[in-house]
Amino acid sequence: MSSKTAHQILDDPEFLKLVRQKNAVTVVLTIVELVLYFGFIALIAYNKPFLAERVSAGSSITIGIPIAVGVIFLSWLLTGIYVFWANNKYDAMVKSVRERMGR
Amino acid sequence: MQAQPQSIIGTLSPIAILFFLAFVGVTLGITYWAAKRTKNAAQFYAAGGGITGFQNGLALAGDYMSAASFLGIAGLVSLKGYDGLIYSVGWLVGWPIVMFLISEPLRNLGKYTLSDVVAFRLKHKPVKTAAAVGSLVTVLFYMTAQMVGAGTLIKLMFNLPYESAILIVGVLIICYVLFGGMLATTWVQIIKAVLLLGGATVLVFLTLKQVGFSYPKLFSEAVRLYSPKFLEPGGLITKPLDAFSLGLALMFGTAGLPHVLMRFYTVPDAREARKSVFYATGFIGYFYILTVTIGFGAAILVGKTFITSIDAGGNMSALALAEHLGGGPFLGFLAAVAFATILAVVAGLTLAGASAVSHDLYVGVFRHGKAKNDLEEMKVAKAATVGIGVIAILLGLLFQKQNVAFMVGLAFAVASSANFPALAMSIMWKRFTTAGAVWSMYTGLTVAVVLIALSPTVFEDVFQAGHVKSRAAAVATLARFDGYAKDSAKALADLQPKVAALTAELAAPGLNPKIRDSKAKDLQVTQADLTLLQGGNFAVALSDAKAAKAKADGEVSAAPFPMKNPGIFSIGAAFLVGILVSLFKREEEAEEKFEAEKVRTYVGIGAEGSASH
Repeated sequence: MSSKTAHQILDDPEFLKLVRQKNAVTVVLTIVELVLYFGFIALIAYNKPFLAERVSAGSSITIGIPIAVGVIFLSWLLTGIYVFWANNKYDAMVKSVRERMGR
Repeated sequence: MQAQPQSIIGTLSPIAILFFLAFVGVTLGITYWAAKRTKNAAQFYAAGGGITGFQNGLALAGDYMSAASFLGIAGLVSLKGYDGLIYSVGWLVGWPIVMFLISEPLRNLGKYTLSDVVAFRLKHKPVKTAAAVGSLVTVLFYMTAQMVGAGTLIKLMFNLPYESAILIVGVLIICYVLFGGMLATTWVQIIKAVLLLGGATVLVFLTLKQVGFSYPKLFSEAVRLYSPKFLEPGGLITKPLDAFSLGLALMFGTAGLPHVLMRFYTVPDAREARKSVFYATGFIGYFYILTVTIGFGAAILVGKTFITSIDAGGNMSALALAEHLGGGPFLGFLAAVAFATILAVVAGLTLAGASAVSHDLYVGVFRHGKAKNDLEEMKVAKAATVGIGVIAILLGLLFQKQNVAFMVGLAFAVASSANFPALAMSIMWKRFTTAGAVWSMYTGLTVAVVLIALSPTVFEDVFQAGHVKSRAAAVATLARFDGYAKDSAKALADLQPKVAALTAELAAPGLNPKIRDSKAKDLQVTQADLTLLQGGNFAVALSDAKAAKAKADGEVSAAPFPMKNPGIFSIGAAFLVGILVSLFKREEEAEEKFEAEKVRTYVGIGAEGSASH
């Protein structure tokens, strides 16, 4: 690709919008995942008694069990959200930019 | 509900051999089929980009679900309860990071390997060399752990000599990769993933059937048999900094594993690549939930005592549970699946290692980025495959008697410190330079390896293994004696029936030889303690035990680096050095190319070639 086309695309408002949106989605989802996992680790490190509480009186299950399974499930859900967004919204934006650039 | 101490684990079971031979037959058939479709470099490294997102998701999951994670995590849960669950969570959370930060640019910028991406707008020679070194070191550490694990497991499961096990694994993986390339490797991985997920699902079904398909019942049984503490976080994570450090290494290590990242090039486009990560994360998450259930099931249905009598580390808990619930045939099936798992994972690693040698080093560095022709690259790649396969066999034989459990951690530390920071900065940061990348990679690699060598895991448990073992024995003896000292009357009353029970169990016919050994040792110790309490001078023995513990403590010199996981320092150092060196001197050319790279990263213009090669 010649650098001229590259600069054309780089200044294109639609391309800039696409980059902004992609970065926003990526950053937000990454932060959510980091908070999710390191929040869990922080609970283990600093508040073991909370994780050791039982989910209800008379139950043997500790709060820590649904939380751990929840981290696994939510991590998967986050990848699902990203795929849904990227395969619908993002790919459409990419297609539009490419078509306008004649590629 | 607990199992009787009869078990065929550790004996050569014809059913296991039959299942294993069936697997080998089918996979060699696939290799023959794949060989006819593997004629050029793109087909060899990336299966010609013809794998679907779903298939690749299974294969990615297969790369990640090693025998160590199946047998190891089930074992950890069965012995330590909730702590094992914590561990399994850590193995999953790297996948969203791979998806959000790495998958798109990796797919759009690279051709076959992660060093393609790091070197995209930087000077190829130094960057590709460093990236190939990082990839190779990661692959070789991971491989050593797998090979030694393979030999030990196969010995434990089938009573086959260690050396033959290593040779079988080595020869088979060379066949798969050499003739069938990525296409065969992917299908071996897919078949194994389906078998492993299917086998684990059946095992969980059988387990839950025992407790009326009720998780609350499963957990209340665990609490009844052991203690409420079994479902609470315990001693696995005591130091917060160590915990964060492990978390960082697991999270970013996944995003720097060469054999995983390579799989992004086997699918036709970015859309399928994303889907494959989604499927993979789902499969892996499901697999860990199964594994944790198996661990708890083994604890309540088979019992910790029985599990540790076969293998002290608990590695046989899933197989013991399979035998308890499904008898010999199901045990044979799962044992064969565990063997297949090792084969598939080592095949993936071999291909990644061979690509680092042929694509990154030979073509990228030695041939300045262009092989004479496709045939030349194929020849080098095949030679490298044989080379890496032979190295795998040698590593397996060389480290036979060594404790290699730390090497998986080391592979993740190197992947997260040497590979990931440079990859991330090259994609995201315009000012990143060739010098910055090279320094970052070698710094991450060196700091990770040196700190792990100086950590308790290696400096004490590996380098001073003998002293650590005698210290553990001294600690155990003293703990026993302290218990007797507290209430000698109760101790006497407890020990006598225990001797009788053990003697009776040992006399039972058809006892598994491993369990016999462990019970015989137990009897010996119990008998000696009983004699001591009955007529010996206990006070002298107690003070002797204290002295022995103090002496053993003195013999182990403490590790210079106190943490088990260096991640926070090695990843931090790699980023810091990369940033500082890049800021020190600008690289105009790299900054200019960043513009073109940006267009390609976000909209894939210029990347079309990688799908159709």
